[in-house]
Amino acid sequence: MNILKIRNVEKYYGSRSSLTKAIDNISFDVDKGEFVAIMGASGSGKTTLLNCISTIDRVTAGHILVSGEDITTLKGNNLNKFRREELGFIFQDFNLLDTLTAYENIALALSIQNTKYPEINVKVKEVAKALNISNILNKYPYQLSGGQKQRVAAARAIITNPKLVLADEPTGALDSKSSRMLLESFDALNEQYEATILMVTHDALAASYANRVIFIKDGKIFNELIKGNDTRKEFFDKIIDVVTLLGGDLNDAL
Amino acid sequence: MLYKLSLRNIKKSFKDYAIYFVTLMLGVAIFYIFNAIDSQTVLINVTKSTREIINLMVNMLSGVSVFVSIILGFLIIYASRFLIKRRNKEFGIYLTLGMSKRKIGTILLIETIIIGLLSLATGLVAGVLLSQLMSVFVANMFEADMTKFTFIVSSEAIIKTIIYFGIMYLLVMIFNTFSVGKCKLIDLLYASKKTEKIKLKNPIICIVIFIISAIILGYAYWCVTIGVEGMQNAGEIFIPMILGAVSTFFIIWSVSGLILKLVMHFKGTYFKGLNSFTLRQISSKINTTVFSMTIICLMLFFTICIFSSSLSIKNSMTANLKELAPIDIELYKTVNMTDEHAAEYGYTPEVVEDSKISINETLERLNFDINDNFKDMTNVFVYATDELTTKDTLGNSISYVKKNYPYLDLNSAEAIMTVSDYNKVAKLYGNETFTLKNNEYILVADFDGWIGIRNEALKANAPITILGQTYYPKYDEIKKGFLNISSNHINAGIFVVPDSAVNDSLKEQEHLLANYKASDEEGKKEIEDKISDLGNEAYASGTNISASTKLSIYEGSVGLGALVTFIGLYLGIIFLISSAAILALKELSESTDNKERFNMLRKLGADEKMINKALFRQIGIFFLFPLVLAIIHSIFGIYFCNYLLATFGDEELLPSIIMTAIFLIVIYGSYFVITYLCSKNIIKE
Repeated sequence: MNILKIRNVEKYYGSRSSLTKAIDNISFDVDKGEFVAIMGASGSGKTTLLNCISTIDRVTAGHILVSGEDITTLKGNNLNKFRREELGFIFQDFNLLDTLTAYENIALALSIQNTKYPEINVKVKEVAKALNISNILNKYPYQLSGGQKQRVAAARAIITNPKLVLADEPTGALDSKSSRMLLESFDALNEQYEATILMVTHDALAASYANRVIFIKDGKIFNELIKGNDTRKEFFDKIIDVVTLLGGDLNDAL
Repeated sequence: MLYKLSLRNIKKSFKDYAIYFVTLMLGVAIFYIFNAIDSQTVLINVTKSTREIINLMVNMLSGVSVFVSIILGFLIIYASRFLIKRRNKEFGIYLTLGMSKRKIGTILLIETIIIGLLSLATGLVAGVLLSQLMSVFVANMFEADMTKFTFIVSSEAIIKTIIYFGIMYLLVMIFNTFSVGKCKLIDLLYASKKTEKIKLKNPIICIVIFIISAIILGYAYWCVTIGVEGMQNAGEIFIPMILGAVSTFFIIWSVSGLILKLVMHFKGTYFKGLNSFTLRQISSKINTTVFSMTIICLMLFFTICIFSSSLSIKNSMTANLKELAPIDIELYKTVNMTDEHAAEYGYTPEVVEDSKISINETLERLNFDINDNFKDMTNVFVYATDELTTKDTLGNSISYVKKNYPYLDLNSAEAIMTVSDYNKVAKLYGNETFTLKNNEYILVADFDGWIGIRNEALKANAPITILGQTYYPKYDEIKKGFLNISSNHINAGIFVVPDSAVNDSLKEQEHLLANYKASDEEGKKEIEDKISDLGNEAYASGTNISASTKLSIYEGSVGLGALVTFIGLYLGIIFLISSAAILALKELSESTDNKERFNMLRKLGADEKMINKALFRQIGIFFLFPLVLAIIHSIFGIYFCNYLLATFGDEELLPSIIMTAIFLIVIYGSYFVITYLCSKNIIKE
């Protein structure tokens, strides 16, 4: 079943005289329970695409359907409702609220949806256990390492049981060990919660944890890789091959 | 180049500056208005005694102005510290680009000058315009003639305002340069990256400190209410004030920690909507501003007390006058002065000689024709004897009085009047008249403090003895009445006795009560002027005759009321805008941090309604917290002021409290609304 359908999406910036096509006619689908990575160099349009899907930005043309509903036509509080109920976000710089503890940060996503406290408590404990952060729940963000913060953010994104989790360079601010731990927990979420994850990254290692990798160059889909029955190492090598092909500054990221 | 940069910065951060700018402008305008009062044209034609009070007021206002400029100076320094903090990163970038600290200092200097000049100019324009409006108020206060009104600009006040604010801005510039010179590049660049450390206070320590400070505060409250009678000299009032201020600080310190803990305990409420977020925001904000919160709370407290007391003084004074000065003039002098008495007070033999003739004769010698000028003339005598001092009148209640009022002088002779004399006065004043049996006396008074003491004695049926005869009280309580016309209830007690109880040897003072023989105000004023000119007569040095007139009492009272009201308004408004501005600036300067946080909430799916509600609550509680504490303080503070000012009468407290509330709501409320709207705008971007 398709959770996400992207149909001929275009996003232009600038005036008629100097037009920049950030996204130039992109279409693809994401199935329920899939873990998809979108790769591309800086300026390739991958973050713009993510912003359009997350309704933070508006498309110039085309349609985005989340479980059948066209989100490009949503407005005002319907947009907030959509974000609240259907989406989960993970950002490069964690975006945790520094005045709240880890527990409260995770709980906030539920309390915004008017979930009652006993249910909140059960769910937070459960997701904390799955992400291996039970022991740090009462700490404040400034007391946590980057990896721990990002797992708290992941817990917050997943706890509302969203149809789609959007991750924007989640490993961007992490060292390689923390990155691995985070990506492994993504895999766990993917399997345990059947969470559908769409991750934007320029890190081949991060992408190799996904089931499928979509490469974007100059606002267009350049290539697509499916993990299938490969091991992660084999998949990683294939990704590197495409990256080499793509050339440009994506190489620098390795 | 630097000038361009400064100008751009101001334009760019105008939204942050707006509330600061408006506050400065208001400060300048108010400063001008109150310093320009004496040049109001409507005041040109007031009487001599009003003029004197206006001069006194102007002197006091300029004294208060120094205090006001100190407060505003602190506000400006506080505000510019906020604004610099907000721009740490900007300055960091300048420094990395190789700009010297001196140049950054210059940028700040130019900015301060521009903002200063602009606020001075607009403030003065606003002040000049508003002071025209003020003349209506002034004219009303001093009952001056509004038809004399012309548009006036006081150059003196303008120069004064410019000098005072110039000095303030100069200090700010020095302060700014100093603080820029001190900062480090690394701190500037990473100021925004530094995550706030949250220190949760130990709840047990919080509770202990809260209880201790609540007890201390309770004691301070007790001191100014129930325990107020025990206060013997003016200096003692500082004890409860200092105790109150210190305990306010610790209460704010502990409450900010406690409330969070308390609400966190009710998990159902805490984890509802954005409550957890809002509560954390507020508690962290109050935690980091305990000191300024205390100052704000105390300033609001003073504002409320000053406003309501000054307004009530003015109201009750005017209300008292009709009742307490029912006739135009009261003349009195000592009669039958003894040589010892004259020697003791340094009177000349001429005065002693004069004391042997009646007031009417003295007036004749002063070339004043009483029949031409006076009507309703009533001559009465006040008697006194060393046999009847205060302690002789208290009967059995003397031990009670000695214990409770140890500082009261009980050895002065009491005033005595015959019942027929008193009834003449009472009839003239429209007061109750009395009849007495041969062994009865009545005590009349209207000074609240003494009524309590006297009633104790009357209840105990205390007898008095005059010339060997004993008299008993006819009533077991004080009867309201007085002889001397005045602006306040000051009659501590007159013993009204049967006519046969006294003889001429006890005569102490003669009083002549009269109304002016004139049909209109103009005529009355003429006679009044004649009276005040009597002092220039040749015979004047040979008599100790004194006069109280309705007009002088009235003008004195109106002037005093106006003086108190103006000073109250001046200080009150400055306190109010300063404290509201500090809160607003604190809130707005954090709007960048808040912007990120609210954006985060939006991404989590919180809709605008929830976010606005959270913002409204956050700012609302931040503004309300010091106000609530200040209002609680004020309940006791106003009670105390009322006690101090009891002689002015306390009939008019409610209207002045309502006026105060209106002032508070309008000024403080608008700051709150503006802050909310500005913050809403900032987090929306």
